Amino acid sequence: METYGSHEYPGRLFVVEGVDGSGKSTQIALLRQWLISEGYTVFFSEWNSSPLVKKTTSKGKKKQLLTPTSFSLIHATDFADRTEHDIIPPLKAGAIVLADRYIYTAFARDVARNVDRQWVRELYQFAVKPTVAFYYRVPLEVSLSRILTGRTEIKYYEAGMDLGLSSEPQESFKLFQQRIVREYESMVDEFGLTVMDATLPIPEQQRRMRKIIRPYLLGVRRTRASAKEAAWAGLAREMRPSQADGLERSAR
Amino acid sequence: MTSLVFYGIDAIHLKEREELLPGRLIVIEGTDGVGRSTQLYLLRPWLESSGYAVVDTEMTRSELAGTGLKQAKAGHTLGPITLNLFYATDFVDRFESQIIPALRAGFIVLTDRYTFSLMARAIVRGADPKWIRSIYGLALKPDAIFYLKVGIDDLIPRVLQRGGFDYWESGMDMRLGADLFESFVNYQALLLEQYEAMTSEFGFQVLDASLPVEQLNEQLKQRILPLLPHG
Repeated sequence: METYGSHEYPGRLFVVEGVDGSGKSTQIALLRQWLISEGYTVFFSEWNSSPLVKKTTSKGKKKQLLTPTSFSLIHATDFADRTEHDIIPPLKAGAIVLADRYIYTAFARDVARNVDRQWVRELYQFAVKPTVAFYYRVPLEVSLSRILTGRTEIKYYEAGMDLGLSSEPQESFKLFQQRIVREYESMVDEFGLTVMDATLPIPEQQRRMRKIIRPYLLGVRRTRASAKEAAWAGLAREMRPSQADGLERSAR
Repeated sequence: MTSLVFYGIDAIHLKEREELLPGRLIVIEGTDGVGRSTQLYLLRPWLESSGYAVVDTEMTRSELAGTGLKQAKAGHTLGPITLNLFYATDFVDRFESQIIPALRAGFIVLTDRYTFSLMARAIVRGADPKWIRSIYGLALKPDAIFYLKVGIDDLIPRVLQRGGFDYWESGMDMRLGADLFESFVNYQALLLEQYEAMTSEFGFQVLDASLPVEQLNEQLKQRILPLLPHG
């Protein structure tokens, strides 16, 4: 078994992290579109999505069977299944893997639930270290208003009700989110997270994200020419060979 | 009293809560088909007739993960890391919701395997030993660990008598042989090596599992007796 930082694969792994309402899912969706249009093979993987573990997680949540430690373990099991199926094989095949939430979500949430900080880091030693991990930083008031407007109900574990911080779900959610933000902030240096300003306009955030990622794409195999290159090539075919040659080169 | 001593990090914070555990934690370890459940089946009435309240627990019996784990094992997409963590989830759920409350209430907890079999299986399946030990570092050190030791030659007829070779007990997920029998022999040999390596590290009390059932049970009783409250 290889451990965090020791995997060497031809693919690339980009992950987004941040609290609910930070806009990270929007950003990674836009990034995905761009990478596909550039001709790359892209795999997308979401938090808490293993079909093998799903029933156990929902049973634990519905019946409120979960302690902070078993909550942590069931999510680690889910993540292990994703790692073994959705992350490692495509990386070995040289693809680009995008993950909406990664191990840092577990570190933030579990430690906010009082799970031992060191223990949970050991638990996730099997994870592949991302090529770049983006952290979408947003002031708590902003993320809370994005989440809470239009929401009538927050789920028990989502609100951190199991912690007994407050008997009122909205208040509990705020206190829980506060703890999570504190954990994210402490991980920026620990794991070298790339901090993004999530208060900027969406296109500006995306422009910055692409700029950061571009150098890491060197040497990644494309399965098709990018949309732009294809257009140039089509144009080039209609011209004289010498001109076309120059055009194709400028498109690359 | 079971002491608040752990193999690694006390991730459940039992020390912080200054838990008192007046019960006893007694572990029977050993490989598949070695006769652990037969021994436990005989120990329980003996303890109860002496007035001790007994709780027994075994793998894949947690309310949280037992069913899910069995279903996952029935399919063919379960990777080794996922399998290890599913077992860890099952263990921790039983540890927190069965073992600790019973020890707190002064029960004798008899467990059919503990973390050791889980670690042996994980390491045989390629898990990093440091990683798997750190996960199970949250487990309490038991009051006694009895290891029912058997050689592969004695194990085979027992398993045959019991109904033959099981897919998982033969490590068929690792394809260690051309058929169930070959894979069973190779897989169990690897497991026995791991138990052997753990014996001194974790202080197993080794018992000869090839002895007749009654005789082995007598030995277990003799060793358990001094561990019991007012025993």
